Amino acid sequence: MAINWFKYSSPASFYFLAGKMIPLFTIAAIILFAVGLYIGFFVAPTDFQQGEAYRIIFIHVPAAWMSMFLYVMMAIWAGIGLAFNTRLSSMMATAIAPTGAMFTFLALWTGALWGKPMWGAWWVWDARLTSELILLFLYIGFMSLQAAIDDPRRADKAGAVIALVGVVNIPIIYFSVKWWNTLHQGATVSVTQSPKMATTMLTGMLIMSIACWMYAIAVILIRTRTIILERERHTAWVGELRGVAQ
Amino acid sequence: MSLWVIQRDLLLAMRRRSDVLTTLFFFIIVVSLFPLGVGPEINMLRTMAPGVVWVAALLASMLSLGRMFSSDYLDGTLEQMLLSPQSLAMLVLGKALAHWLVTGVPLVLMSPVLGIQYDLSTDALLVLTASLLLGTPVLSLIGAIGAALTLGLRGGGVLVSLLVLPLYIPVLIFGAGAVEASAAGLGASAHLSLLGAFLLTSLVLAPWATAVSLRISME
Repeated sequence: MAINWFKYSSPASFYFLAGKMIPLFTIAAIILFAVGLYIGFFVAPTDFQQGEAYRIIFIHVPAAWMSMFLYVMMAIWAGIGLAFNTRLSSMMATAIAPTGAMFTFLALWTGALWGKPMWGAWWVWDARLTSELILLFLYIGFMSLQAAIDDPRRADKAGAVIALVGVVNIPIIYFSVKWWNTLHQGATVSVTQSPKMATTMLTGMLIMSIACWMYAIAVILIRTRTIILERERHTAWVGELRGVAQ
Repeated sequence: MSLWVIQRDLLLAMRRRSDVLTTLFFFIIVVSLFPLGVGPEINMLRTMAPGVVWVAALLASMLSLGRMFSSDYLDGTLEQMLLSPQSLAMLVLGKALAHWLVTGVPLVLMSPVLGIQYDLSTDALLVLTASLLLGTPVLSLIGAIGAALTLGLRGGGVLVSLLVLPLYIPVLIFGAGAVEASAAGLGASAHLSLLGAFLLTSLVLAPWATAVSLRISME
């Protein structure tokens, strides 16, 4: 029997589906965070080169992965919203942006904390750091454009255009920053030359990544529900919802 | 069709020459401020020059973006352009090229003079001018997307800088890099080729994205 996927492209039915999914993802995130942090702090051995400071990778690397992954997801949802005129897709894109920006900031922040004891500097103009910073600018541009437009439909579409233009530009920006970096004298320490990782470290990092993923899904669903309520506040089903709640 | 738009926009710009001159003088002032800020050490100025000129060109080109569509939007011309049977992308291309002719070309012509202030060699001046000649049209084309998206918004001028400046970064890197590479004896052809590639790509894609953005903004 075929499942009717389009049923949940309606905000009204998605609202209840999301309400059922949020607890699942929240619980998964809490358990995985607990396991991942336990491995990170107690099970994983101390690195013989970097000492205890390397343990920040358990949050740094997942945050950096999520920041890039979420931008692509945001652009995909925004693109679907623009192409098929589906309201829910655009709401998803709007909901993803703050979480993505948060992870980008977290990756930069933890990177600075790690860089100080390792490289002796809070900030190095390394290709990865620079492109992560530009990614943060792109997130901020997307969010401030949407915030400046009062009409939500126009905000959705304008945001979609800038997200898609950004996605086309990300590879160009990444490679130009990389070549710029090699033209100048290269950074003294490269991020790519990480020592071979012990299996426990890798396990911890992967568990933390999945935990961040679950957390992102839960938070994005909560935010989508809020956006749905805000935009559909004049509809009958939201009115009924309010009647039930009171 | 694009030619007609270019002709019209140039005519309008010539009727209000002060707008054109403001952008040019902004560029000159920003470039002249840097030696005052960092000191007159000539060796340092020589290494800084390409970056300073390029950043000033970015800012000057961005500041004048607001004018690209706003007056046509206010007097209703833009609405008629959207209704016309002609391809909107071609009209937009004409407007972006007119913007480049009015703001970009004066910067390109002025840059050798400013380069002399920074004691650049003749070769470096030539490369700087060539890189600006290839790069400034890209700024106008990409900027058109931002100008179209922020049309009629409050605080549009500040917003357009947030949207557009991150997208300008590759042009800045290769534009300023061309001069540095030729000064280091590596030759500027690789950088100039990449700038040319950016120009061709943005010539094809940017007017189309701008047309979509205009239709969204004018709904």
